[in-house]
Amino acid sequence: MALIGPSGAGKSTLIRCVNRLVEPTAGTVQLEGVDLTSLSRRRLRLERRRIGMIFQEFALVDRLTVMENVLSGQLGYVGFWRSWFRRFPARTVNRAYELLERVGIADQLDKRADQLSGGQRQRVGIARALLQDPDILLVDEPTASLDPKTSRQVMRLLVELAEEHELAAIINIHDVALAKQFVSRIVGLRAGEVVFDGPPGSLTEDVLTEIYGLEDWSQTARRGGGGDAARDAADDEDDADDDADAVDGAAGGAPASRAAPVPAAAEGPGEP
Amino acid sequence: MWRPKPMIRSFWLRYGLVVGAVVYLRLALGSIDVNWDRVARGWERAKVLFEGFARPDFASRWEFIQVGILESLAMTVVATALGIVLSIPFAFGAARNIASPPVYLLCRGVIAVARSFQEIVIAIFFVVMVGFGPLAGVLTLAFASIGFLGKLLAEDIEDIEPSQLEAIRSTGATWFQAMAYGVVPQVMPRFVGLSVYRLDINFRESSVIGIVGAGGIGGALNTSIARYEYGTTAAIIIVIVALVYLGEYASGIVRKRVQ
Repeated sequence: MALIGPSGAGKSTLIRCVNRLVEPTAGTVQLEGVDLTSLSRRRLRLERRRIGMIFQEFALVDRLTVMENVLSGQLGYVGFWRSWFRRFPARTVNRAYELLERVGIADQLDKRADQLSGGQRQRVGIARALLQDPDILLVDEPTASLDPKTSRQVMRLLVELAEEHELAAIINIHDVALAKQFVSRIVGLRAGEVVFDGPPGSLTEDVLTEIYGLEDWSQTARRGGGGDAARDAADDEDDADDDADAVDGAAGGAPASRAAPVPAAAEGPGEP
Repeated sequence: MWRPKPMIRSFWLRYGLVVGAVVYLRLALGSIDVNWDRVARGWERAKVLFEGFARPDFASRWEFIQVGILESLAMTVVATALGIVLSIPFAFGAARNIASPPVYLLCRGVIAVARSFQEIVIAIFFVVMVGFGPLAGVLTLAFASIGFLGKLLAEDIEDIEPSQLEAIRSTGATWFQAMAYGVVPQVMPRFVGLSVYRLDINFRESSVIGIVGAGGIGGALNTSIARYEYGTTAAIIIVIVALVYLGEYASGIVRKRVQ
């Protein structure tokens, strides 16, 4: 499921409310019957183990190696001293190897994370999230720091992996064309409210205007796939507009409080 | 016509401050009794002192010097190690981004106290508490090291990239694991550098606090001056300077390597 909407609409806030990196001010978030919003710190920590998260700026620990970054996905399952001395169970290390191979960077595993390219770093981020063996993936702008080609590769990998592991994924994404190309369900968010929920095909010019405001959406609405340079340039312009919207949003009130009524959208982990 | 904006906007405040400063300087100068006769005699004494310095005498009190130097080195190493170990919990507690407000205030308080006293003052306290000797020196330097390392490490921790810590927390890591994976790798090189730098400082301080009886080479330095053995004084100063340079050189290399 892709979550689209202008900057400041509360997309990041919304998915951070799921694993409570941001504390929701009202409303509830449920994951397979567990009310995540009312958990104690300890229970929350245990539940976080089955919520994988992938970040816009990758959020890898720069000075750790690729392997250490991936293994950090298992921190919730091992004791402090084991993790301090990097003595992870053999099963975990083997699984980390498999995942690194699957995302295509097994040959880089002893490099420091900050030596990798953007696409490679996001692959490490994906492997780290999957090593948690999660029930749901929260993906925050996975391609915003990547070039168009790498963006498509990373999105394809994400969608494939979510299918392989039968994972629900909530993907925040700026790039509407990219969302339409890879995702089967799109939710449009505007100022903290859901204004669209449907398949990519029904994302018309009118709907895009409703979500983002008035613009020439003819190119974006027409096609679902492809991704040529011209459209990417157009998307860049959209980003500039979004920034302006973000300022408006901040002036109009805290997006965090507005996000409150929405988390119901995050309820169904069974529908990617 | 355009003129640069004055730093102090108000005319009266601007010139008032200047006049006030000049008046105080004049009064302060008047309160200090400048006895030219004593200045002249001081010149004579300085000549004796420097003549002694011109002939550093390593031989006649060598054992005395050696004991002092070894004691200073031992104090330095022990105090730095102790300071490093003790400063870490205070540093984590004094980082606003990871500690809860009560812990933060407590740790900041301890660090502020440790930093607000000069080593000599701390040394006087410890000499009164535990008596003359290197124990007082070790406690002094360790205490001062906690303030120094605690403050600088805490500031480093506050400057970390928060997204890395957030990512580790989102995996379900405990607080200690989040520190070990999300914070330690980010601050480690700086912390090693700071520790080596503090080792360097502690050696220099160890030669000063001996003067108030807290052990180390400072005691020997003081005694030699009291006995008018300026040759020995010069020898001690030369040894201290040589070791400080050596330490600075070594710590420079280490700090460059860990960056």
